[in-house]
Amino acid sequence: MKGMYAVYRKEMGHYFVSPVAYIIVAVFLILTAYFFNRLLALIIQQSFEASLESIQGGGAPPFDVPSLVMRNFFGIVSTLLLFLTPMLTMSVYAEERRRGTMELLMTSPVTDLQIVLGKFFASFTLLVIMLFPTALGFAYILHHSEPSAPWRVLGSEYLGVLLLGGALLALGSFFSSMTESQLIAAMLTFGAILLLWVVDFGSQAASTALSSALDYLSVFRHYDDFTRGVIDTSNLIFYLSFIVLGIFLTVRSVDSMRWRRA
Amino acid sequence: MIEVKDLTKAFGERTAVDHVSFVVNKGEILGFLGPNGAGKTTTMRILTGFLPATSGTARVAGFDVFNDSLEVRKRIGYLPENPPLYMDMTVSAYLEFVARIKNVPAENRKARINDAMEKTNIQDKRHELIKRLSRGYKQRVGLAQALVHDPEVIILDEPTVGLDPKQIIEVRHLIKSLAGSHTIILSTHILPEVSMTCDRVVIINRGRIAAIDTPANLTTQLKGGQHVRVVAEADQNAVCAAIRELPGVRRVSGEPEGGNGLVAVTVEAEAGQDVRSQIAAKVVGKGWPLYELRGVSLSLEDIFLELTTEDSEHASSVAN
Ligand SMILES: Nc1ncnc2c1ncn2[C@@H]1O[C@H](COP(=O)(O)OP(=O)(O)OP(=O)(O)O)[C@@H](O)[C@H]1O
Ligand SMILES: [Mg+2]
Repeated sequence: MKGMYAVYRKEMGHYFVSPVAYIIVAVFLILTAYFFNRLLALIIQQSFEASLESIQGGGAPPFDVPSLVMRNFFGIVSTLLLFLTPMLTMSVYAEERRRGTMELLMTSPVTDLQIVLGKFFASFTLLVIMLFPTALGFAYILHHSEPSAPWRVLGSEYLGVLLLGGALLALGSFFSSMTESQLIAAMLTFGAILLLWVVDFGSQAASTALSSALDYLSVFRHYDDFTRGVIDTSNLIFYLSFIVLGIFLTVRSVDSMRWRRA
Repeated sequence: MIEVKDLTKAFGERTAVDHVSFVVNKGEILGFLGPNGAGKTTTMRILTGFLPATSGTARVAGFDVFNDSLEVRKRIGYLPENPPLYMDMTVSAYLEFVARIKNVPAENRKARINDAMEKTNIQDKRHELIKRLSRGYKQRVGLAQALVHDPEVIILDEPTVGLDPKQIIEVRHLIKSLAGSHTIILSTHILPEVSMTCDRVVIINRGRIAAIDTPANLTTQLKGGQHVRVVAEADQNAVCAAIRELPGVRRVSGEPEGGNGLVAVTVEAEAGQDVRSQIAAKVVGKGWPLYELRGVSLSLEDIFLELTTEDSEHASSVAN
């Protein structure tokens, strides 16, 4: 436990002295702010037009602006994560391997699992830090908007983002542990995420066992329910097992460094 | 404290460490000496749990390095060949991290870090980023890292590489002062370092142990008999023949010296015989002007070269 905390502390310190983390967080916040503004403008305009029509024809349901904005916004956030998480995890192991510091970690009285968990929680903390300002913004909006969307929906959306982000971080850490090159780690992660994104593409057309399996694998499909405010246990299980599997594979990969070379 | 038995490590076809066995007693300093690629680093990596052995066993403080790796790692301070430094950290932040990961209790941490910095003489660099330090200072931070948790066993892979002469001497003193309360293994290419710091030396060549002994014993054991160099003004064959007749002389060889009628003769005596006075008497008795007569001692360098040169008969005879 102490060993894990030591690794965690070191990783956090590393994130805060390296410009990479600041740049990633800044890019994320700037892009989310931009998309939020565009979305809001667009949806308000649509709702305005819809309400004009309903005055003329009558009967159209009113637009739920906050819910719509949130739902679309979290769709965009998931796309941003696709691009940004590989950069958060690319150096996690690759750089230690290249610099030879893995030799220090692996000859210290910490287990491989403690090393891997310490690193995973650090990258996860950075994800939380990255999302925090957006949560503040939404809390403000929900507090002041009329009609207000239920807080439960907001909670479910953030739960979804954290689970999705955690899964992508676990995947990225695994790829980082496979190579000494940050660039290769980032590219492999990006490729794998992209694959998991599009894996359900066209699976609706044929409903074979394979296509439903592929459907299940799609990391973003399980995310949709969360953005609609639905917390489905099967989705929770999917992400949690994805994360556990990623951590397990990373531990195996770290262990295999002893057998391969370092 | 450290028991290594039949340790073997193969990387695919290549055997880096080949049935190595040795024992290090508590408080002792053992030196690993060997040419590049001999298997020194590989042996140390197995002892520290970084690499698994292909076969054989190694125990540190009674714990098997493979099965009880964590117990072993708790007790070892290790300076790898390339100091494992985080370039973006300051010296003190780095040592704090190492102290934490090595389970130094919070209340001792500060004292231990200061002590390690003092021993390696880096206090004045404590707030500097490691990447800004010179090579020698980086090496010293690496050394401080190996000492920070006051481990029972210290394993140092080429600890004096990159240090200036003054620091080399200080680090040697440091290592000597750590002995007794710590058990130390170090590797080096610098032969005088071994005779100066180590209680015993393991000479490794191509993964095999060529010799294990104290530096003093190694020198005498290999030296066999005394070597004497004689320079006189005479006919080469005549001098050699005359000296060869003397009792206690094993081998004589001569060669012209300088080109003005001088010959230099190298005499190898039987073990335990001092033949210098007899040689002097003989040469002077024959009426040859004697210019020089002195004992030549084999240095550790000679021994090292002799043991690690391919077709050396000595190497195998000493190893057995
Ligand atoms: N990870 C590895 N994979 C394959 N071969 C290796 C590996 N590590 C070491 N070797 C080989 O094992 C042999 C011993 O290497 P080792 O690093 O132990 O030598 P050394 O005695 O430390 O040499 P040096 O004095 O140069 O540091 C060498 O032939 C080396 O090429
Ligand atoms: Mg080496």
